[in-house]
Amino acid sequence: MESKKIYSVVGLFDTADEIIHASEKVVEHGYKKFDIHTPFPVHGLNQAMKLKPSPMGYFALVFGLTGTAIALLTMAFMMTFDYPLNIGGKPLFPLPAFISVTFEVTVLLASIGTVLALLFVFFKMPHNSHPLHDSNYMKKCTTEMFGVCLEAEDEKFNEADARSFLENLAAKEIETIYIEKEEVPAIFSKPFIGFLVFTIVLVSGATYFVTNKLMFMQPFNWMMDQHRVDVQSISTFFPDSFSMREKVEGTVPRGFMPEDYKESPDSAGMYLQNPLEYNEKNIALGKRKFLTYCSPCHGNLAKGDSRLLDNFPKPPTLHSKKLREWSDGRIYHVITFGQGVMPTYAKQVTREERWAIIQYIRTLQKALNPAEEDFNGAK
Amino acid sequence: MRDYSIEPSVVEGKPTFRQIDELIGAPLEKMPDKKFYITISITGTMFLTGIMCWGLSFYYGTGLWGNNNPVGWGFPIVNFVFWVGIGHAGTLISAILFLFRQRWRNGIARFAEGMTIFAVMTAGIFPLFHTGRPWLAHYLFPHPNDHGLWVNFTSPLLWDVFAISTYFTVSFIFWYVGLIPDFANLRDRTKNKVKKVIYSITSLGWRASNRHWQHYEMVYLILAGFATPLVLSVHTIVSFDFAVSIIPGWHTTIFPPYFVAGAVFSGFAMVQNVLIFVRKVFNYENLITVNILEKMNKIIILTGSMVGYAYAMEFFIAWYSGNEAESFVFINRALGDYAWAYWIMVTCNVVFPQLFWIKRIRRNIPIMFVIGVLVNVGMWFERFVITVTSLSRDFLPSSWAYYKPTLIDGGILLGSFGMFFTLLLLFTKSLPVVSLAEIKSVIDGAQPTHHHKEANNGK
Repeated sequence: MESKKIYSVVGLFDTADEIIHASEKVVEHGYKKFDIHTPFPVHGLNQAMKLKPSPMGYFALVFGLTGTAIALLTMAFMMTFDYPLNIGGKPLFPLPAFISVTFEVTVLLASIGTVLALLFVFFKMPHNSHPLHDSNYMKKCTTEMFGVCLEAEDEKFNEADARSFLENLAAKEIETIYIEKEEVPAIFSKPFIGFLVFTIVLVSGATYFVTNKLMFMQPFNWMMDQHRVDVQSISTFFPDSFSMREKVEGTVPRGFMPEDYKESPDSAGMYLQNPLEYNEKNIALGKRKFLTYCSPCHGNLAKGDSRLLDNFPKPPTLHSKKLREWSDGRIYHVITFGQGVMPTYAKQVTREERWAIIQYIRTLQKALNPAEEDFNGAK
Repeated sequence: MRDYSIEPSVVEGKPTFRQIDELIGAPLEKMPDKKFYITISITGTMFLTGIMCWGLSFYYGTGLWGNNNPVGWGFPIVNFVFWVGIGHAGTLISAILFLFRQRWRNGIARFAEGMTIFAVMTAGIFPLFHTGRPWLAHYLFPHPNDHGLWVNFTSPLLWDVFAISTYFTVSFIFWYVGLIPDFANLRDRTKNKVKKVIYSITSLGWRASNRHWQHYEMVYLILAGFATPLVLSVHTIVSFDFAVSIIPGWHTTIFPPYFVAGAVFSGFAMVQNVLIFVRKVFNYENLITVNILEKMNKIIILTGSMVGYAYAMEFFIAWYSGNEAESFVFINRALGDYAWAYWIMVTCNVVFPQLFWIKRIRRNIPIMFVIGVLVNVGMWFERFVITVTSLSRDFLPSSWAYYKPTLIDGGILLGSFGMFFTLLLLFTKSLPVVSLAEIKSVIDGAQPTHHHKEANNGK
């Protein structure tokens, strides 16, 4: 017993009247470090103990105003500045419409803040290692009796005096409370380290799962999962297991016009005429199509100098004498049916566009090898 | 002359502190009996039915419900408003009556607060599922996301998100703060080691010190002060969901007070109904006295009359405003397709509660129970009438349609009752349903008789 430090001397009372009387006596006697423990708040005890008014109201005010400010600033940031949302032509900072949320956030922050401040700052809770815990005194005070606790830290404290003081007040069950030796938590014990490792693995794993997987999971994805055939997928229906099918033989697309002179390019050159007018609009169309479909091989200026040079059977220049002397119909035949390694372009380029491309080719040819009459009007 | 400064005791039988501890702690120490198992299996079955219907709605979508094109709200919103309303009585009892220093509230506040929390939890599920894709519910709250979008803070539906979540959080905090001294009490009385650990954690090491009580009481007062405007704001904002739109029959300024009165009305009826069982089953007749039930019935008449007045005033304004759409909607409510629902509502809400003017009925437990049930039926139909009649007959006659709930709708409604009562039953077995500290502070002899006088005499 000698080695233990005294925390306090305590005494119990039966009624509220007695405890008020006792607390006034304690104050009168000059004790500063003392406490009264009661199972419920007793009216008039604060005055008897001469306690200062509780400052919790100011905390609530500060937390509440913080909430107001946070709510208004957040809404202003979101709806006025970051992503201005025009709703029915109303102002971008519509205060009346913001009042509900502002009020709710104010109340929320004030309530949470005040309670947290009360419990964790003012009361320094959770505090289960207090010397009073588990004493007979505490068990009585939280349930059915009223207690006076004279703490040893007080300047006037003296165990014998305190006991006789409480006896004079007719207190029951006077006892001395000692400070238990504080348990040192074993931080490096195996179970605790195991617990730490387990927690770390659990928390980091859960965080990874939530932020990288769960956030992107859809419980159902029925828009993607439909009863239709996808391209490049295996068909279970057709015996050859191709889901992309050849067209039925003899299928003709809408608006299809057969091309003549397939086997006789010379006749094409002789009989086909360019139906388009030679004008800027058609040349512009031809230029666009030429740059898309022809220039990869023939080069931007049709000189046969594209980036495919040396990597491929050399595409011919379109400025040769032969090409310049070919008729429009002859070139049309090449575009339509292909020649040598050049495939048909009939599927990519419409008839009109083919004729426009030819006009553009003619323009390029004239630019490189102008004839005498092309200088007409130039100075 | 009668001395009004001496209040009659709210607790009968002059119990001692120890008797109160034993009485209220009894359900927590005994194993549940047969009656408990029978009750919880009934409510549990209802709850499971609801879970099944929620699961089906989750998997197959909202097409399983009766909601159709003009009536897009239907049962989910009706049930949501109903359950939020049930919750309001709890906060009114615990916060508003606390501010008015109504000492009789101390016996029923804890239980009513518990009902608030469970009712709001139940209510919250409905809008969640009504969104159609409940797994995307986080988009209801503003947070940075890869769409670069925020929420629309000028929408009443968003105000609702904030109101309900704040209401739940603040109610829960209020409840927990009230529970801390009781946890300390349980901690110091229990003989079971596991319970001791649990109560030591939950009581946070409360020491019943008066230096703590002083701040604690101040915070409790502040919380009550916050919860009071909060509870009024919550149903006001719920009513804004309706009133801010332009549907005839919804677009009226009477909605906020009308909704708040209705919420308190139905909530009190529910609290009264459940307390009748609680006081009987746990022998709390001396703590939850007939006087307390009578006072609750008085509040039911008051709020019921306010609701009746609102019904009348809606009709008057529909005529007085000269607005054709408005007057059509109200005539349609009383005489149209949903007249049956309207007249159930009027009978249950306006006619039956008026029987409480008779003192014998007000103090007769079986009759008040039946009236309480009828009030809740009526209030559920009030939300049904408001939601469905207005939507099914909106401005465009070409889109008018009759709303019929499906079996799944009914299952979800049943499940919500199952959830609420299951949680309530578990609550009665796990926490003290009457606040130990609060009830002790109002029994006879608990407070100093005339403290200052005696203290001065003692000098």
